[in-house]
Amino acid sequence: MNKNNSLILLILIIFLTAITGVFIYPQGLGKKYIPWRLGLDLVGGSHLVYEIDMKDIVSSEKDSVASGLREVIEKRVNLFGVSEPQVTVAKEGDSYRLIVELAGIKDVSTAINEIGATPFLEFREMIGAGTSTQFLSTNLTGRYLKSAQLNFDQTIGSPSLSLEFNDEGAKIFEEITGRNVGKQLCTFIDYQPADCATVQEKISGGKARITGKFTVDEVKQMASRFNAGALPAPINLASQQTIGASLGQESLEKALFAGALGILIIILFMIVYYRGFGFFASLALIIYAILVAGIFKLGITMTLAGIAGFILSIGMAVDANILIFERTKEEIKRGLSKMAATEEGFRRAWPSIRDSNISTIITSIILYYFTTSFIKGFALALLIGVLVSMFSAITITRTMLRVFIKK
Amino acid sequence: MNIIKHRKIFLSFSSLLVLVSIAAIAVFGLKPGIDFAGGALWQIKLATDYGLQTTGNLKYFFENDLSVKNIMIFPAENNGFLIRMSHISEEQHQQYLQSLKNKFGEVEELRFEGIGPTIGKALKQKAVWAIILVILGISLYITFAFRKVSYPIKSWKYGVITLITLFHDVMIPAGLLAILGWRLGVEIDTNFVVALLVVMGFSIHDTIVVFDRIRENLLLQKNRLDLPVIINDSINQTIARSINTSLTLVLTLLALFFFGPTALKYFILTILVGTVIGTYSSIFVASPLLLYFGYSKK
Repeated sequence: MNKNNSLILLILIIFLTAITGVFIYPQGLGKKYIPWRLGLDLVGGSHLVYEIDMKDIVSSEKDSVASGLREVIEKRVNLFGVSEPQVTVAKEGDSYRLIVELAGIKDVSTAINEIGATPFLEFREMIGAGTSTQFLSTNLTGRYLKSAQLNFDQTIGSPSLSLEFNDEGAKIFEEITGRNVGKQLCTFIDYQPADCATVQEKISGGKARITGKFTVDEVKQMASRFNAGALPAPINLASQQTIGASLGQESLEKALFAGALGILIIILFMIVYYRGFGFFASLALIIYAILVAGIFKLGITMTLAGIAGFILSIGMAVDANILIFERTKEEIKRGLSKMAATEEGFRRAWPSIRDSNISTIITSIILYYFTTSFIKGFALALLIGVLVSMFSAITITRTMLRVFIKK
Repeated sequence: MNIIKHRKIFLSFSSLLVLVSIAAIAVFGLKPGIDFAGGALWQIKLATDYGLQTTGNLKYFFENDLSVKNIMIFPAENNGFLIRMSHISEEQHQQYLQSLKNKFGEVEELRFEGIGPTIGKALKQKAVWAIILVILGISLYITFAFRKVSYPIKSWKYGVITLITLFHDVMIPAGLLAILGWRLGVEIDTNFVVALLVVMGFSIHDTIVVFDRIRENLLLQKNRLDLPVIINDSINQTIARSINTSLTLVLTLLALFFFGPTALKYFILTILVGTVIGTYSSIFVASPLLLYFGYSKK
């Protein structure tokens, strides 16, 4: 590549960096159009893991139950007014987990209570008679519920809850009532019997009514909870990680300070040790930091682990430059001109740079696929960092040197 | 510098460090954190400063008023406290918080992590898998990268030596953590496993720089094979790069360790120690070992 082409490339890189710089700056345009997305460990929030109890569900149905459950909880979580709540299902072997991430939430305990208050509804058949009665679960659960409503009995005026099932639920209800004519069918809410009634005839159309000994307020609350969604399978809170907003803010400030300090020390070291070469490597490092931050901002939620990965990648970013410069020094000692030695340095150092970075790339990809969301952030940041650093330390530095080294 | 000549000193020193680390792990054990063993970690901040006795008072309060067993309380900065206990339900958590507020005045909850035992089991398995895959992936890659130089040292030997060096670089920070666990109650969590994996990645990084030069010099001097000289020359030619590349990383890690977020302290420390050890081993352990392995099949 001749000097003019290098100059054009350099101008392009600087232009790109300048735009990215404006875009990542937390004030002004960058804030207005695409604000930084910060993870819950930086803004405070809660990471909740629920275990889904699938023991009563046939295996072919498990996936659809899990996704139905996810929708119910997501609907509920959206009511908290958290920005971008995330509800995901994680499947591990036979167990299913529901992961709820609430960033920036203030009152976590209320949120946990609300999620926990999502009712689990099921119908059970009564088997046996007298003292040896048993309740047998049916496959009719809140999963097939379409809506719930408060009603008053026309004759006595006592409150009741009327339920309407969707088409699939209506069919199941028809089938269950059909085989239980003359027998008792009970409604269980959160494992507690709510109402039992003798089935008079097969019921089609998918409408049921629960008339327990409830007050008007209780029925109202039940109706609104059922309308927000009833659980297709019961869930238990298996783990929670909650970070207070002030701790998150403190972590963010400290991480940014340490990162800035790290960059500064590296720049000082590079300039003191490698002089002119070090100066260009430092410029490339700054361009690197801005470009990586830009990539992060495009679609990655920044977490503390992510920032740590980014800072580590800064420490590694000049690696390639050091390899190249040390090689260049050797070539100069062997009598090559500065220009030729530089080109030779880049060429000869490449196999080491490639091999050593590939091992970090392997590590970060494995970490990304085999771990939890917190570590995924770290692995992804490290991966992006290493990839961009190869570009910055090689292409950007070489372009600058080609433009500025005198022949 | 003649590293090959003094290789016995370096190799003995390394063996000693590794043995001490293994002994530390065997005797003190590695304390599993809540993400592996299940449990609760609670960081709170009291609005009122009750002075130096607070940690003891808190412990007494938890053990007697709330009858919580197996509790550890560590004082943190700004009147904060880190409480470590067995897994508690959300109801218990709220109840304890309320009792704390009644007794000690306003309490700010900085962090609460409660992890059930089932989650821990799954995480442990994943961690083990990740470690196995990283080791496997890296050694396969090394064998592949060095496939062209199978003379006079077979390319798989580079892979095996890299693995030995990896073991060395991982055992020493792990031993340190065992000692820290014994003295300061430091626990190992998923972050620790990640730190070790990152150390592996970096350790390889350094070892490759030296091996790569040996590879190049071997190809250059096919006719005049004096292995000890070639290896020693290669080390000396690359020592500045090895040290400098690690130095920039170590400088950033030091900034993170001293000024970075408290939550990452031991994570950073593990990587820091691993990086220093990794650099040392790439110069003083990996290359001398290559000589032993190279000679044995001559």
